[in-house]
Amino acid sequence: MKAPGGIGGGREASSLGIKFLLLATISLGSMVIDHRNDHLSQVRQVFSIVVYPIEIAVNFPFKAWRWTTISLADRATLLRENSELKDLQLRYDVRLQRMAAVEAENVRLRAVLGSSAKIDDRVLVAEILAVDLDPYRQRFSINRGLQDGVYVGQALLDANGVVGQIVEVEVFTSKAVLISDADHAVPVSVNRNGLRTIAVGTGDSGRLRLPYVTNSADIEPSDLLVSSGLGGVFPSGYPVGRVLEVVRRPGQSFADVIVEPASALDRDREVLLVWSEEDQDKQYDKSKPIETDP
Amino acid sequence: MRDAANTLVWPVSTFVLALILSVIPMPDLAVAIRPPWPALVMIYWTLVAPERFGLMTAMVLGLAVDTLSGALLGQNAFAMLIITYFGLKFHLRLRFSPISQTTMTVFGMLLIYEFILFWVDGVAGRTVPFSDRLMPLFIGTLLWPLILEVFDRIQRHDQARIES
Repeated sequence: MKAPGGIGGGREASSLGIKFLLLATISLGSMVIDHRNDHLSQVRQVFSIVVYPIEIAVNFPFKAWRWTTISLADRATLLRENSELKDLQLRYDVRLQRMAAVEAENVRLRAVLGSSAKIDDRVLVAEILAVDLDPYRQRFSINRGLQDGVYVGQALLDANGVVGQIVEVEVFTSKAVLISDADHAVPVSVNRNGLRTIAVGTGDSGRLRLPYVTNSADIEPSDLLVSSGLGGVFPSGYPVGRVLEVVRRPGQSFADVIVEPASALDRDREVLLVWSEEDQDKQYDKSKPIETDP
Repeated sequence: MRDAANTLVWPVSTFVLALILSVIPMPDLAVAIRPPWPALVMIYWTLVAPERFGLMTAMVLGLAVDTLSGALLGQNAFAMLIITYFGLKFHLRLRFSPISQTTMTVFGMLLIYEFILFWVDGVAGRTVPFSDRLMPLFIGTLLWPLILEVFDRIQRHDQARIES
């Protein structure tokens, strides 16, 4: 299109075309690199600092609302909550006393067997930011990032079990994927008999599936599934979910197993970041080049 | 100098507002119909002030959307560049055509935008049915006349204040 003067003029139109081709190539290239591997994480970190104020602005009203409801809660509610929490604490303390003995026994038995004892995992509480991500994937942002030592592949837990893992680390925030995302899988084992399998997300935050369980496998409704620790992402022994339903079809070699996640995947506000023993070395390796770069 | 600062405050705040609206948490139903705010605002500015907001603005805005939403880096930027390119090419024709015609063109541009996002998702191995992207597209198109009207009013008000 040619118009006298203005931006539509012949020469400027062609320079517009060149500029467009250049920028389009850059964006296409960055998409390809971003999809194939991890090289753009530092570029992302720079951008994330720029858009951080927006994330804060979006999160602020929700945070303010939560703060207001807590500070305006009346005395009676607080007292009741306090006594409930004290009750709970007492019950946990009693359970913990027994745990201490069991743990000591476990360490002793493992020493006898010659295998290494499991050491306590280091954890950090992270708050889930009230920011909606891509609506077609089950992802969320948390308020911990590079400066807290978060790394890609780190496991997230809540009070009831495994929640998900970190997929992207930015400077002040990180993005995580839920175990119920359709692209996500967790190695699990049945707590009752140690049967190992893989729990795959369905895209529905209330359901997981076990697609690789044979018809003859010993698995029943209400079996507890715990993370098996295989694959090295999730620490072993944390609850993942409970079997809801097992459908065995004689014609097929695999059974349909539906699992309900143990953690409240869509209702959480806070999650725990876990550093397990072997991860900590990995984290130092990963964080070094990033810290020295800028 | 003052004029330049004044005339930038309003456009930049619309871009920031669009980014905020694109990630602010909403109920599931509202998320399913959430229009592509940044794309709408970008189209408006390419039509109104093509000499100031062009491909670079589109690139930066698109990358901001990508970073905020956790999409592939460049996905929204690429889609934004393409619709901005069309907007720049045809802004003379579009700016003075009746509102029904601009709305149809905006529908076409948003269709291209959503289709590119859908297509990149497909290539990257995430299959989301295109029908899921239709509602944001229609809502965005319906909102266009409203955006045009409101923005034009504020723009005129702004201009009058600067000139006085």
